[in-house]
Amino acid sequence: MGVLSKKDSKLISDPLLDNNPITIQVLGICSALAITAQLKPSIVMAISVMFVMGAGNVVISLMRNIIPSKIRIIAQLIVVAALVIIVDQVLKAYAYSLSKELSVFIGLIITNCIIMGRFEAFALANGPWRSFLDGIGNAMGYGLILVIVGFFRELLGSGTLFGFKVMGDPVEKTGLFALGYENNGFMVLPPMALIVVGLIIWIQRSRNKALIED
Amino acid sequence: MEHIELFFKSIFVDNMVFAYFLGMCSYLAVSKKVSTAVGLGAAVIFVLAITVPLNWLLDQYLLQEGALTWLGPEYADYDLSFLSFIMFIATIATMVQLVEIIVEKFSPSLYNSLGIFLPLIAVNCAILGGSLFMQSREIGTLGLAFNYGISSGIGWFLAILAIAAIREKIRYSAVPAPLRGLGITFIITGLMAIGFMSFGGMLTGGDEEAPAKEKTAEIEVIKEDVKQDEANIKTVLSVADNTNK
Repeated sequence: MGVLSKKDSKLISDPLLDNNPITIQVLGICSALAITAQLKPSIVMAISVMFVMGAGNVVISLMRNIIPSKIRIIAQLIVVAALVIIVDQVLKAYAYSLSKELSVFIGLIITNCIIMGRFEAFALANGPWRSFLDGIGNAMGYGLILVIVGFFRELLGSGTLFGFKVMGDPVEKTGLFALGYENNGFMVLPPMALIVVGLIIWIQRSRNKALIED
Repeated sequence: MEHIELFFKSIFVDNMVFAYFLGMCSYLAVSKKVSTAVGLGAAVIFVLAITVPLNWLLDQYLLQEGALTWLGPEYADYDLSFLSFIMFIATIATMVQLVEIIVEKFSPSLYNSLGIFLPLIAVNCAILGGSLFMQSREIGTLGLAFNYGISSGIGWFLAILAIAAIREKIRYSAVPAPLRGLGITFIITGLMAIGFMSFGGMLTGGDEEAPAKEKTAEIEVIKEDVKQDEANIKTVLSVADNTNK
């Protein structure tokens, strides 16, 4: 990347794979899994988290010398809560049905451990520009897993992507369904999200042996 | 009847961990040993039992549309519900801090067992999730809100206790190296969630049952849950064995 120095671009690329917030740091799983039954809410969630993390990291980084360390958790929570209220109101105004579908999980971005974790680990010790890149990078790593899980669960569970019937029509028996293919209704149920993430971790760790736990 | 139904529904059917994945971060991080898991689980029950009714009061008398009517009829049109995130999280954070100070002062032994977990809890999604679900499901009375807080806390407690017990056992099984630790924990949780889905039919026949049976029913349910966990352990172990072969 031309605009960014090598050190800065590492801030973005690192969390995508080798230091992924979900599969390696084990943060932010709470809100990640419940909304991945379809691709569209997963992407909306990823974008919301990216906005909150980018903006939140900058705000905390700017205030890092003013916040007394004893009450920093409450201060951080208030900043995140304010940003999440913005996201929630925007979604309610422009995508009401989607915001109903995400229900409480938009609110739960507040307690998403990635956000608090990055505030504590990065924004409190670094300048605004680097904190912004770190926030965006981590949110992208988070979004990547969300999109992968959402892609497979929607494709295998309902045979659609973004609501388009890519596998054919199950009622009129077109496409793959003409060959006797059936949707795996199990993929739509919540437990499969956990198992899909477990499999992603399996694949990632067999490719990169350094990540294996003892 | 309403209380009992809500109680069992929040523990088993709408289990915080298995149905909504709330509080997964601490669930995964603190479930390596049964003793610490019990400490954190107890702290979660405690904090949920305090914050859910408190936030219910805030919601009823401050945030809902028309909640401010007690100030005077001219306030009836105000709807402050967009402020609920910030109010709820502020209440939770201050309550956790307050509880920590009080417990430290009056019961040092309880503080030693719960104390280290209390700061973790302020950012536990299960706590905020409890309050948000309480709001979105429009729970009717203060008593029901209290009941909901306690019972969803118990559900979370059961989940972390079960996973901690399984993780202590699974150390002796030959899990494939890349799955060890986090990966297998995810898959076990998925299998347990599938097991918990079978509780979904538990409340459908509620009208015919005599209310006198409630206590034994509770014990049976707990027994069933233990059996469920054992069955889960067995499936997991056999899965591990099979993959090993």
